[in-house]
Amino acid sequence: MRHIISLLMENEAGALSRVAGLFSSRGYNIESLTVAATEDSTLSRMTLVTTGSDDVIEQITKQLNKLIEVVKVVDLSEGNHIERELMLIKVRAVDHDREEIKRMADIFRGRIIDVTDKSYTIELTGTGSKLDAFIEAMNHTTILETVRTGASGIGRGERILKV
Amino acid sequence: MFNPTYIADIQHLETQESMSADLTGAEITVRCLQEEGVEHIFGYPGGAVLFLYDELFKQDKVRHILVRHEQAAVHAADGYARSSNKVGVALVTSGPGVTNAVTGIATAYMDSIPLVIISGQVPTHAIGLDAFQEVDTVGITRPCVKHNFLVKDVAELAVTIKKAFYIASTGRPGPVLVDIPKDVSQQKTKFVYPERVTMRSYNPNIRGHAGQIKKAVQLILEARRPMIYTGGGVILSDAASRLTELVRLLRFPCTNTLMGLGGYPATDRQFVGMLGMHGTYEANMAMQHCDVLVAVGARFDDRVIGNPKHFYNPDRKIIHIDIDPSSISKRVKVDVPIVGNVPDVLDELIKLLELRKEKPDQSALDAWWAQIDSWRERDCLRYDRTSAIIKPQMVVETLYKVTNGDAFITSDVGQHQMWAAQFYKFDLPRRWINSGGLGTMGFGLPSAMGVQMANPGAHVACITGEASIQMCIQELSTCKQYHLPLKIINLNNRYMGMVRQWQEFFHGNRYAESYMDALPDFVKLAESYGHVGMRIEQPGDVEAALQEAFKLKGRLVFMDFVTDQTENVFPMVPGGKGLSEMILV
Ligand SMILES: Cc1cc2nc3c(=O)[nH]c(=O)nc-3n(C[C@H](O)[C@H](O)[C@H](O)COP(=O)(O)OP(=O)(O)OC[C@H]3O[C@@H](n4cnc5c(N)ncnc54)[C@H](O)[C@@H]3O)c2cc1C
Ligand SMILES: Cc1ncc(C[n+]2csc(CCOP(=O)(O)OP(=O)(O)O)c2C)c(N)n1
Ligand SMILES: [Mg+2]
Repeated sequence: MRHIISLLMENEAGALSRVAGLFSSRGYNIESLTVAATEDSTLSRMTLVTTGSDDVIEQITKQLNKLIEVVKVVDLSEGNHIERELMLIKVRAVDHDREEIKRMADIFRGRIIDVTDKSYTIELTGTGSKLDAFIEAMNHTTILETVRTGASGIGRGERILKV
Repeated sequence: MFNPTYIADIQHLETQESMSADLTGAEITVRCLQEEGVEHIFGYPGGAVLFLYDELFKQDKVRHILVRHEQAAVHAADGYARSSNKVGVALVTSGPGVTNAVTGIATAYMDSIPLVIISGQVPTHAIGLDAFQEVDTVGITRPCVKHNFLVKDVAELAVTIKKAFYIASTGRPGPVLVDIPKDVSQQKTKFVYPERVTMRSYNPNIRGHAGQIKKAVQLILEARRPMIYTGGGVILSDAASRLTELVRLLRFPCTNTLMGLGGYPATDRQFVGMLGMHGTYEANMAMQHCDVLVAVGARFDDRVIGNPKHFYNPDRKIIHIDIDPSSISKRVKVDVPIVGNVPDVLDELIKLLELRKEKPDQSALDAWWAQIDSWRERDCLRYDRTSAIIKPQMVVETLYKVTNGDAFITSDVGQHQMWAAQFYKFDLPRRWINSGGLGTMGFGLPSAMGVQMANPGAHVACITGEASIQMCIQELSTCKQYHLPLKIINLNNRYMGMVRQWQEFFHGNRYAESYMDALPDFVKLAESYGHVGMRIEQPGDVEAALQEAFKLKGRLVFMDFVTDQTENVFPMVPGGKGLSEMILV
C-alpha cells in the first residue's frame, strides 16, 4: 500500500542523509521525498511517499522515530489529508499546437509561466495522479522536459503536526 | 609530518593563545572526559589528533591505553563498557584510524553497547578536498552508530560531547562518534560543561504503559505453559536481580539468549539453558510449545527463533518488554507490547503480581515442569568424556571449575564461542563478553583488555580459536605494556571449526579454505611478546595446566589446547528451520 509520511526534524546538516540512508540500508521503497525548513527555521518538514505492507510501514515509522534528529513522525494516510505536488513542464508549442496546449493547461488549471516562439513552460499543481493525467493528455512527442517536486502533504482540519 | 597546513595550524594557534585565556578544543575535549568521570580511554595517535594527545599528555586523570590497532581500541573500550556499565571511550585519528575502527564500532552497535568514539578529522577548510587522510567519517559510520556528529565550531564542542555521552548511555544504548577537525581542536572558546542536556527529538520511554502492564499480568496469571525469555536488555539495564526475583516468584522456566547469559543464574534449577541455534533441547522445545511467552530485552533474532514462520504458534501469546519500539513486532508479531526500561517495567510487574495475590494454575505448572524435565533428560550437551583427544567442552568445564565460576570470560567467534556459552555457567551478569550480533572474530583479546582495565584484580579469560586469535594477535604487545594478566584459552582445532561444521553438514564435507595451515608456534609467539606460553595436548593435563596458569597472578598466559578437530557444536537448528527441528548429538 502507498503511504504518505510527514516528519519534523532538526534542520541540521546531515539529517536528510540519515533519512535517505535509513531507506537504502533497510531496503525500504522511496517514491518521493521533499524537504524544506518550516516557519521555525530550526525545524525541517519532510514528506515521504513510500509503499509497503503494514508491517513494513510500521517498521519505517518506528525506525524514522528512532533517528536522533527526528522530532515527530505521522503517517498522513492514516487519516484525512491533502496532498499536492508541483510540476514544471516544458513542451514544444508551434503552429496550431499552441492553442491546443493553452486550452489543455486551462482545463488542468495550469499556468503558462514562460513562453518562446517554439515552447511553453507550464506550472501545474495537484495530486500526483492529476499531474500524471496531464502528461498523458499531452502528445508525448511535444514534451521537452518535466520537473516534479514529489508530494507534500498536510492533515485536514484540526490534524496538526507541530512541536 | 611534512604537511604545510600543519605548520600553518601551529602558527595560527600561537597567535590565538596570546589573545585570550579561553581553552582550546583539545583542552575542552579532555576536560569534558574528566567531567564525565572517564578514567581510561583506548586509542592510537595520528596527525589529526595530535593536539588532543598533547592535552592528554599534560594531565593524569584520564589514562590513555595505547593499543596496536584501532579495531582493538574500540573492542577494548567495548569490553570495558560491557563489564562495568560505564561508557567506553576510544580515540582514533582521521582516515585509516577511522576505517580501522569501523569493525569495532559496528560490533558495539549490533550489541547495543554504550561507547563514545572520538575521531580526528582534517581541518574544516580541507574537508571535501580529498585532503591527506581524509575520509567521510560521519558518512562511513552513519549506518553503524546510534548517532554521530561532526563538530565544525569549537563553541559547539562541549555540548556535543555531553550529548554524545547522554545518547550513548540512555534508551537503547549504542556507540556515538564525535568527529573533531584538527583546527577545531586548536580554536579557543570559553569552557562550560553543561550539567545536563535535553533534546526535543530524543526522549526514550522509561516506564511502560500501565494498561499494557496490567494486560501482561493477566496473561501471566492465566498461563499454563509459561516461558520467560530474556536477552541483552536485562544485562544492559542491570536488571538481573529484578529478573531473578520475578522468575522465582512465578516459578516459571527461564532461558537466556547468547547476549543475555548471566541475566538469570545458570546454576539455578529454573534455568533451562541458552536457546536458539545452539541452544539446549529443553529451552528450544519450551520456547516452541509454551502458551505464554514473556520476552524481556531480547529481539527475536534469527539465530534465536530460526524461521519466524516455523516459530509461529497460534496457541502462544507473547508479551514483549523492550525500550526500543522498533525491536517490537519486527520479526514476530506480539500480543502485549510494553515499551520501557526493563527494571522499571519488572518492578511494576512484580508489584502488581504481589498485589493480586493470585498465582497461575500450580498443577498446570507442575505438569509443564515435568514435560521440561523429560526434555532435559535428552542430555543434549553430552560429549565423550573419555576421549583420548582433548574435547573443547571439557576445557571449558575445567576452566569453570578452576575459576569457581567466577571469572570474566570473553570470546571470539566460532565453535569455541558456543562451547564457552554452553559450558561456562554464568551466575552473574556482565561476566560473559562476546560479539553476538556482528560475530566479529578478533573481538576476544582486545575486549579482554578492556575487561581487565575495568576490573583490576579479577580473573579474566579469553576463550578463542586459532583462527580468531590471529585477527588481533598484535594486542599481546599492549598486554605486555600494561601488565594485563589475561589467560588466553586457545581451543586449537586447526580449523575454522564453525565454518568446517557447516561445510560438513551442508556442503558435502568439502572443506573449502577452512583448514588453518601454517599456524605459528603459539608458545614461542607468546614468549616473544614477553608472556608465558603453554601447549596442552593430553586430556589429563588440562586441569593442572589451568591451575598453574591462574597461579601465575601477574602474567599473561597463552594456553594452546590441542583439541579434537572433528568435534561439532550440538544441538543445532539449521538456518531456515524452526526451533524444534534441531540436529542433536
Ligand atoms: C556463531 C554465533 C552463533 C550464535 N548462536 C546463537 C544462539 O544459539 N542463541 C542465541 O541466543 N544467540 C546466538 N547468537 C547471537 C545472535 O546473533 C544475537 O546476537 C543474539 O541472539 C541477540 O540477543 P538478544 O535478543 O538478547 O538481543 P541484544 O542484541 O542483546 O539486544 C538487546 C535488546 O534489548 C533491548 N534493550 C536494551 N536496553 C534495554 C533496556 N534498558 N530496557 C529494555 N530493553 C532494552 C534492545 O532494544 C534490544 O532489543 C549467535 C551468534 C554467533 C556469532
Ligand atoms: C571477521 C570475521 N570473518 C569471518 C567470519 C566468519 N567465521 C565465523 S566462525 C569462523 C571460524 C572461526 O575459527 P576459529 O577462531 O578457529 O574458531 P573455531 O570455530 O574453530 O572454534 C569464521 C571464519 C567472522 N565471524 N568474522
Ligand atoms: Mg579453530
